[in-house]
Amino acid sequence: MRFLASLINGISLGSVYAIIALGYTMVYGIAKMLNFAHGDVIMVGAYAAFVMLNQIGLPVYVAIPVSMVVCTVLGLVIERFAYRPLRKAASPLAVLITAIGVSYLLQNLALLIFGANTRSFSSVVHLKSLRLFDGGIIITGEMIVNAVVCVAIMAGLTLFVNKTKQGQAMRAVSEDKGAAQLMGINANGTIALTFAIGAALAAVAGVLMCSSYPALTPYTGAMPGIKAFVAAVFGGIGSIPGAFIGGILLGVIEVLGKSYISSQLGDAIVFSVLIIVLLVKPTGILGKNIQEKV
Amino acid sequence: MAMLEVNELKVCYGVIQAIKGISFHVNEGEVVALIGANGAGKTTILHTITGLIGAQSGEILFEDKNITKTAGHKIVSMGMAHVPEGRRVFSELTVLQNLKLGAYTRKDKGEIERTLETVYERFPRLYERKNQIAGTMSGGEQQMLAMGRALMSHPKLILMDEPSMGLSPIFVNEIFDIIQKVSASGTTVLLVEQNAKKALTIADRAYVLETGRIVKEGAAESLLHDDAIRKAYLGE
Ligand SMILES: Nc1ncnc2c1ncn2[C@@H]1O[C@H](COP(=O)(O)OP(=O)(O)OP(=O)(O)O)[C@@H](O)[C@H]1O
Ligand SMILES: [Mg+2]
Repeated sequence: MRFLASLINGISLGSVYAIIALGYTMVYGIAKMLNFAHGDVIMVGAYAAFVMLNQIGLPVYVAIPVSMVVCTVLGLVIERFAYRPLRKAASPLAVLITAIGVSYLLQNLALLIFGANTRSFSSVVHLKSLRLFDGGIIITGEMIVNAVVCVAIMAGLTLFVNKTKQGQAMRAVSEDKGAAQLMGINANGTIALTFAIGAALAAVAGVLMCSSYPALTPYTGAMPGIKAFVAAVFGGIGSIPGAFIGGILLGVIEVLGKSYISSQLGDAIVFSVLIIVLLVKPTGILGKNIQEKV
Repeated sequence: MAMLEVNELKVCYGVIQAIKGISFHVNEGEVVALIGANGAGKTTILHTITGLIGAQSGEILFEDKNITKTAGHKIVSMGMAHVPEGRRVFSELTVLQNLKLGAYTRKDKGEIERTLETVYERFPRLYERKNQIAGTMSGGEQQMLAMGRALMSHPKLILMDEPSMGLSPIFVNEIFDIIQKVSASGTTVLLVEQNAKKALTIADRAYVLETGRIVKEGAAESLLHDDAIRKAYLGE
């Protein structure tokens, strides 16, 4: 029973990680960069929703789309002004360091605007909890919504990438930017689109995460961001189903680890698992083995 | 009228001057060959024409429009396609997906279908393998795919960078056959080749490039019988 309850908790947490990881993996797959500010975009999305829901009192169906728009614009601005100028830079480290800088910038801006106090985010989900086994296992509405939204996003992205012209353009840019341009694909535009999608997903993740775990601070996005990055690497960075599997597994491992091994060591367990997976399979669970061209 | 005109083009990579001021042109309907040893600058010229790298100075005119500063992704819809060196097919996508990306800038679905059929007629093997992942095809098949993909944009001018590189003699003959057929169907061809003999055999005119400069030009026929060329490029 305790195992089952932990498992369900883990899937719910993992669903949030997976949504964040999908953003990481999309951006990495296409722009070949680790957007370490991705986690902080989640925090911005959550604050945007918090302001609209708790302070202005707008309905959920307004607050969520608007916070997605806010994050999309933020993602595009970050890409355009912080990352694009560096894309031709000699060292990929320059982009990485910039991403870390953007991360701190967002955290400090949030600190400046909202202060360090923990805000209590009220859940956007108003579904009744399911009580199984006479209350032995409780599945909250948030858990159900997290899992459903996560699966829907994963399926939507998979269809988008494989079936639409824009999605095919993304795969082309991801593999060979120059050759993609020769097809008439605007590589910079495609990369920007990827950032926009990733940021919109971050807003969704922010709202869901704060609905399940209602404490919102300027640092709310940092740790989940890093864990989602771990999840993306775990599943095979660049792979959409990989991010999904990685996210869910990570959530499950974290919750099981906390409940069976040690509640303090939860995060340490998560990172140990990453190290072990990378030792055994450096490309992650679904990672591509780079194949040599003829 | 020259379809493509390159005037006093200079290109550099950092401090290395790869192209040191060259001029040449391609007339409508011609097959023009650009030959030269490794590192002469052939690929650099093609990349500059299709906007993958920027020129330092000089100008490139396509159908009288100055395209020197035109962004790379805007060139193909003007009617110029480029079969890059080393094929560069999208190896994770299927043959059909690659071909469709070749028609990325075209809107009319019916016309794309028709072009697809002509490409399949020209390369029956691509039809047989249309659902195969491109990266698993042989080098010769990938070359055919790269050419088919370029033809999917229905270009007026096609640039080909060493299409025979690394292929067995039978495949080389097949590729040159196809280039002739593409030309006969009305597409103008600018062909970069190491295989100078083959290239000169099918070309109308040719330019010989040495370390970033054009050192010789003329009718392909006469270059084929030029003693210096025979020594340097035909291995005789
Ligand atoms: N990205 C680059 N950075 C620096 N130098 C370069 C770069 N690309 C090419 N070069 C240099 O420019 C010169 C011309 O190269 P290019 O690739 O155009 O030659 P090529 O004629 O196509 O040769 P090959 O027949 O071997 O393909 C060479 O000296 C090469 O080293
Ligand atoms: Mg070359």
